Amino acid sequence: MSGDYLQNYAPLLIHLLVAMGLAGIILLLSTIVGYHRPTRAKLQPYECGVRPTGDAREPFSVKFYLVAMVFILFDVEAIFLYPWAYIYRDLHWFGFVEMLLYILILLAGYIYLWKKGALDWNR
Amino acid sequence: MFAPIEDLYRLAPELVLCTFGILVMLAEPFVPRKRSGLVAFLALLGAGAALAATRLSWAHPGTAFYGLVRVDDFSIFLHFVVGAVAVLVILGSRDYLEREGLHRGEFYALVLFATAGMGVMVSAQELVTAFIGLEISSISSYILASFRRNVPKSNESAMKYFLLGSFATSFFLYGVALVYGATGTTLLSRMDSASGNPTLLRLGLGMIFIGLAFKVASAPFQLWTPDVYEGAPTPVTALLSSGPKAAAFALLLRIFDTVFAASQLWVWAIWVSAALTMFAGNLAALVQSNVKRMLAYSSIAHAGYILVAFAARNEIGTAAVLFYLVAYALMKLGAFTMVTHLGGEGERRLEINDYAGLGSQQPAAAAFLTLYLFSLLGLPVTAGFLGKFYIFNAALKSHLVWLAVLLAINTVISAYYYLRVIVVMYMREPQKEWAATPIPRAVGLVLVLTAAGTLYLGLFPNYLMEFATQSAVLPR
Amino acid sequence: MIPTSHYLFLSLALFTIGVIGVLTRRNVIIILMSIELILNAVNINLVAFSRMFGNVNGQIFAIFVITDAAAEAAVGLGIIIAFFRNRPTVLADEMDILKW
Repeated sequence: MSGDYLQNYAPLLIHLLVAMGLAGIILLLSTIVGYHRPTRAKLQPYECGVRPTGDAREPFSVKFYLVAMVFILFDVEAIFLYPWAYIYRDLHWFGFVEMLLYILILLAGYIYLWKKGALDWNR
Repeated sequence: MFAPIEDLYRLAPELVLCTFGILVMLAEPFVPRKRSGLVAFLALLGAGAALAATRLSWAHPGTAFYGLVRVDDFSIFLHFVVGAVAVLVILGSRDYLEREGLHRGEFYALVLFATAGMGVMVSAQELVTAFIGLEISSISSYILASFRRNVPKSNESAMKYFLLGSFATSFFLYGVALVYGATGTTLLSRMDSASGNPTLLRLGLGMIFIGLAFKVASAPFQLWTPDVYEGAPTPVTALLSSGPKAAAFALLLRIFDTVFAASQLWVWAIWVSAALTMFAGNLAALVQSNVKRMLAYSSIAHAGYILVAFAARNEIGTAAVLFYLVAYALMKLGAFTMVTHLGGEGERRLEINDYAGLGSQQPAAAAFLTLYLFSLLGLPVTAGFLGKFYIFNAALKSHLVWLAVLLAINTVISAYYYLRVIVVMYMREPQKEWAATPIPRAVGLVLVLTAAGTLYLGLFPNYLMEFATQSAVLPR
Repeated sequence: MIPTSHYLFLSLALFTIGVIGVLTRRNVIIILMSIELILNAVNINLVAFSRMFGNVNGQIFAIFVITDAAAEAAVGLGIIIAFFRNRPTVLADEMDILKW
C-alpha cells in the first residue's frame, strides 16, 4: 500500500523539489553575484510605474465593506450547487424544482438589495 | 425521492414564517413610508398564520425529512409559545419604532426569521438541524440588538452579543462535530444504540451544554446578559428574554432526555449551574438602579429556577419547565412592554427612581407593572407562583431538597428588588416631571393579553398544565 | 493513508489557537477572525470523521457550517461598521458604556 502510494506520487515530489531548488539557486546566485546600489527610486513601493501617492494603509470607504459583505453571502450560497450537481441525475424533476426554489429565494434577496440601493455606488 | 406532502405539513409553521419574512422584506422597499403600517400588519398576519400552521401540523405527528425534525406534543407546545411571543412582540413594537424613528420592515422580517429559527430548534431531532435553527435565531437577534444604529449603547450591546454569541455557537458546533465522531451519527434517536468512543461523546456533549448554557444565560455563562439586555431596543429585549430562551431550553431537554449518556453524566453540572445561576442573578439584581438591567439580572435568576426543574430529570420536572416557560414569557413580555412605553422618546426614563409617583400619575401603568413584578416574584394568584410551585414539587419528588431550599432562599432575596420598584412607584414623590403619555392601543392590547394570561394561569392552571404534562413525554 | 487522529490534532490546534485568540486579543476584528478559525477547526473535524466513517454526512454538514460562517461574518462586519461610525474604536476593552 505504502510503496504504491510513494510510486504514484514520486514524479510529483521530484517535480516539486526541482522547481523549488531551481528557484532557490537563481535567487541565491543573484544576491551573491549582483551589485547592490539602492536608490530612492528603487526603494519606492511598486505601483505599476506610477509615482505612489500617500500611504497604502489608509482607511477604506465603507462602501467597500458593503460590497464585500454582499459578495461573501452570494458567493458562499453557490457551494450548495456542488452537492446538488453531483446527484442531479438521481433527483430528476424534484431536484430541479428544489434548486429553482432556492434560487428564487436568493433572487428575493437580490431584489431587496437592489431596491434598497446597496448596489448603487454613488448613493 | 420526493418528500411526502406530510413532511411539508410537519414543517408548516417554519415555512409560513419564512415566506412571510421574505414577503415583508420584499414589501419594505416598495411600500411608501406613510403606509408603513401595512408592513407591520403583514408581519402580524404572518405570525398569526404561523400559529394556525402549528395547529395544522399538530394533526400530523411524526418525523419528517428522514428524521431531521419531529412533530410531537412537545414541539407543538413550544411552537405555540414562540409563535405567541412573536405576535406579542410585533404588536408591542410598532409604536416604539415609530416613536424612535426606526420604523422599517426589516425589524419585523427579522422577528419572523428568528421565530422560524426557534421553531426549527424545538422540533429538531438531529444536531446539525438544531444548529441551523440556533443560528437562524441568533443571527437575527444580533441584528435586532443593533437596531438603534445611531445609539452607541445599542451598537455596543450588539457587538458584545455577537462576539460572545458566536463564540458560544462555535463551542456548540465543535461539540456536535465530536459527538458525530464518537457515534457516527448526528441523529439524536440513534445515539443510544451507537457504541462509540465514550470520552469523545462526553466531551462533545459537554461542549454542547456550554453552548446552550450561554443561550439560556445560565451561570457561569451569563455575563453577557445584562449588557445586551440594557443596550438593545426594549422590544428586542422582550423578545430575547422570552423566545430564544424557551427554544434553547427545549433543545437542552431534547438532547438530555433523548441521549442516555447525556442524562447520566451531566446531572451534577446542571445542579451546580442552577444554584450558581440563581445566586448570580438575584444578588446582582439587588444593586441595580436601571430597570432594564435589573430585569436582565432577574431573567438570569429565572433561568436558574428553570434549571432546578431541569435538574429534577423526571416528567414532572419537564412539565414544570414547560409551564414555567409560558408563565415566564408572559410576565417578562408584559414587564418589558411596560418599560418600553414608560421609557419615552429616546429611552430616557429607565432608572428605578424615575418611576417615583407613577402610582398616582399613571395608575393603570403602575397597576400593570405591579402585577408583572408580583408574578416575577411568585406571589399567589399569579402565573409565577404556580410555576414556582410546580418546580418546587418536581425538585422534591427527585429528592433535590437542597436545591429546593436554595430556590426558596432566592425567592426571598428577589423580593427585595421587586418590591423596591413597587415602593418607589407608590410611595415616593417624583423628583422630575415626566409627561404622562397615553398608552397606544396596540401596546394596551399586549398589556391586557399578558396580564390576563398571567392571572388566568395563576387561577386556572389546569388546562395548560395538562397540556404540559402530556407534552413532557419525550420519546427515547 | 493519513490516520484520522492526525486531522483531529490539527483541528484541536486550530481550535485552541482560536479560543486563545478570542480570549486574549483586544481588536474585535481579530476576535472575529479567531471565531472563524474555530469554525474551520470544526470543518476539519467533520470532514475527517466523514472519511473515517465512510459516509458523506460530515461533508454536507461542513457545507452548512461554511454558509453559516459567511452569514456570521457578514453580520459581524455590519455590526462593527455601525459601531465604528459612532465611536471610532475597534478595541474590545474600550467598549465600556454598558457596565455596572
